[in-house]
Amino acid sequence: MDLAFFLIQLLNGLQYGLLLFLVASGLTLIFGIMGIINLAHGSFYMIGAYLAWSLSSMTGSLTAAILIAIPLTVVLGMGLERLLIQHLYKRDHLYQVLLTYGLILVFEELRSVIWGDDVHGVAVPALLSHSIPLTENLSYPVYRLAISGVCLLLAAGLYFLIQKTRLGMMIRAGASNREMVQSLGIDIKLIYTLVFALGIALAAFAGMINAPLSSVFPNMGGGVLIICFVVVVIGGIGSVKGALIASLVIGLAETFGQVLVPELAGMVVYFLMAVVLVWRPEGLFGGRS
Amino acid sequence: MSEVSSRELAGSISSVAEVVPILRTSGLTKRFGGLVAVSDVSLDLRVGEIHVVIGPNGAGKSTLTNLLSGDLPPTSGTVHFEGRDIAGCSADRVSRLGIGRSYQKTNIFLPFTVFENCRLAAQSRTQHAFRLFHRAPRFRDINDKAEKAMAAAGLSHRADRIAQTLSHGEQRQLEIAMCMATQPRVLLLDEPLAGMGPHESQRMVELIKGLAANHAIMLIEHDMDAVFALAHRLTVMVNGEVLESGAPEDVRSSPAVQLAYLGGEGLLHD
Amino acid sequence: MRSFRFVDYLPFLLFAALALFPLVESTFYTQLLTKILIMAIFAMSLDLLIGYTGLVSFGHAAYFGLAGYALALMGPKYEAVSLWWSLPAAMGICAAFALVTGILILRTRGIYFIMVTLAFAQMLYFVFHDTKLGGGSDGIYIYEKPLMKLGDAVLIDLENLNHFFWLVLVLILLVYLFLRRILQSPFGKALVGIKVNEHRMRALGFPVFRYQLASFTLSGALAGMAGYLAAVQYGFVNPEILSWHQSGAVMMMVILGGMGTLYGPVIGAFAFVLLREFLSNDAWTGIFAKHWQLAMGVFIVLVALYLPRGLAGVLQRFGKKPLEEADDE
Repeated sequence: MDLAFFLIQLLNGLQYGLLLFLVASGLTLIFGIMGIINLAHGSFYMIGAYLAWSLSSMTGSLTAAILIAIPLTVVLGMGLERLLIQHLYKRDHLYQVLLTYGLILVFEELRSVIWGDDVHGVAVPALLSHSIPLTENLSYPVYRLAISGVCLLLAAGLYFLIQKTRLGMMIRAGASNREMVQSLGIDIKLIYTLVFALGIALAAFAGMINAPLSSVFPNMGGGVLIICFVVVVIGGIGSVKGALIASLVIGLAETFGQVLVPELAGMVVYFLMAVVLVWRPEGLFGGRS
Repeated sequence: MSEVSSRELAGSISSVAEVVPILRTSGLTKRFGGLVAVSDVSLDLRVGEIHVVIGPNGAGKSTLTNLLSGDLPPTSGTVHFEGRDIAGCSADRVSRLGIGRSYQKTNIFLPFTVFENCRLAAQSRTQHAFRLFHRAPRFRDINDKAEKAMAAAGLSHRADRIAQTLSHGEQRQLEIAMCMATQPRVLLLDEPLAGMGPHESQRMVELIKGLAANHAIMLIEHDMDAVFALAHRLTVMVNGEVLESGAPEDVRSSPAVQLAYLGGEGLLHD
Repeated sequence: MRSFRFVDYLPFLLFAALALFPLVESTFYTQLLTKILIMAIFAMSLDLLIGYTGLVSFGHAAYFGLAGYALALMGPKYEAVSLWWSLPAAMGICAAFALVTGILILRTRGIYFIMVTLAFAQMLYFVFHDTKLGGGSDGIYIYEKPLMKLGDAVLIDLENLNHFFWLVLVLILLVYLFLRRILQSPFGKALVGIKVNEHRMRALGFPVFRYQLASFTLSGALAGMAGYLAAVQYGFVNPEILSWHQSGAVMMMVILGGMGTLYGPVIGAFAFVLLREFLSNDAWTGIFAKHWQLAMGVFIVLVALYLPRGLAGVLQRFGKKPLEEADDE
């Protein structure tokens, strides 16, 4: 493997990892703060991708599609939290699993009814469609770099939101002590709705920006969901920092795995997970309970 | 602390008391991050003796219990039980060795009957555990132990009641009964009187007194009447450290304890 | 001590009635009923974990599918394999796999446990999907169905639908009796104790991990029995047999029927499979048949919200004592 090729794989791995982080951070926040395991999280990634495809073919611009789709997914997230998820807070995880599994079937089938079962490509925005040449016959697409950049910005924004803002303080307090937060007069229900919507929007956004690279196809959410579970298990539930590091590790492991040991690539991440389970069952950054 | 006088005292209180402690900690310490919850605690438990630990909330009493019962591993220090160091052993191992505990917050099997609760406790001591093809109620030895434990805790008349429907006091008694059914030699009782009325308290005090004859008991308690009614030896903990330890009357008159009580550190009202 | 209870004998009456089924009904319904009973065994195996040990596994299809692959890979390709050893061998492989994965999985609790069971099942999915071991995504055909011979006489030929049905019926009865027995043993009592209050069980001196691992292994072996039978019925295996939708479906059966009872999963398997057949049959649901998963999804959401104790819970509301007490059903 020469240097340029290695560099391309490295960038691909980081980009994939950062994208996973967008999905996994929502998953881990929703669990850490609300105590909800959300199997339907991957469906929102899928919904985001399909919205990006259908809206961009209507408007002719992926940017416009994303700007329209984000408010839609936020509203969808808030609506779902108010309508269904909030009934699950005091229930056993079992029912959370069941209900959100039911939602997967519903979303997948609605996708089939509304958008059909075909695979669709999404055009890269013209501004970002060129590549940077690395050697005579190897080059790196600018769009991938742009995705990595946007993901990094969002990760920084998430860090700022949680560590530095008043809302973030409430979120952190809500995670550690529900009763105390409520007794301080903070509207915990509103926080939960916002956190859920934030998580959903992040997952959907990941689907939107990745649509030009991955194209858009049925059941695309399932694979992402399960990889993100692995990310959360490795990083530690509720830890955004853990999610970031684990996402990058998984992104790199899977990318290089596909190049070096294509037959075993699918299993590499699970092997990593098994190692972490032996070494630190609560995840790299998970608190001991 | 006056090691000699307290030993003499223990000997004089009860003829069955052994001079050699059955459980002895030395330098026991537990840190949670930067916070030191238990700091360099050394104490002894002897069969026939009730060792009461008092102190304000946050003094580290419950953490100390958790260190002895194996619920938490100590950061440093040793716990010697019958001569071997059990520090860091898992909770189930510690229990099987012969150290039983009750919990500050009632910790029982709420959907089961009183008898089922005790039977499960007794079952933990038998070799039948992995015999899959015999109906559990047919094991006479287990049933007998469960019956005895219920009788000892004064709960025989409640055998068929679902634990959830018991009064608070009875649930506390069940907690003790389950502990007894595991036939421990050391009992760690974490505030057994918490939330009890005067009548129930009195009964519990009598129960604990009766158990002292052939058990080593460490008792954590806030009720001062009960403390002085039961204590053969008294340890005062403040901020994770042992402030004073010895015979109850010595401790009561100790200047440091006096200061702590009267100096407004809130020792009396937890 | 124990008085005669009609309920105690109900399973045996049902069993006798079902045994006559193939004699009066068409092969279509015999096959459907066989399928339901296989899923019922699968659901019972999961209920041992969810309903009696308090372990919410979302990767149970791994053990189901593994047995199917074991059958497909064990025997000679164009010759019937012996039922005598192939069924126990498939179950043994599943038990061994459950034991090894269980040691890792049981280091986790609660939500981690759910995620990790799913992830391990997915790992196995990729093993069969990405490697040539099991024919990749196309899977493998089982050309010859297993035989049970004694000397040269064929006792059971699974090519024969009625033989197959009766074998499944006998096996489900055995599984039922087996589980009933162990749940009444001290071992079973300890499992339920762990479900109710794991922390207290540990404080009482129970080596909780060993009990959970034993339950996990046993459950994996029984899921393997169901998976073996399913592979025989379909005549092929592909990675979908251990996909997470299979795990979701079986969990749905357990909860729909009523966890923590032995008959609940059986009821759940009947209700779920029949509902699926109904929704996806265009003779009944017309143009909606193509999108039957939509209705199924809504149904699952409603069950999670409004039927937490399943159909067994509904039955118990008419007369029987509360669920928690009924641990010796």
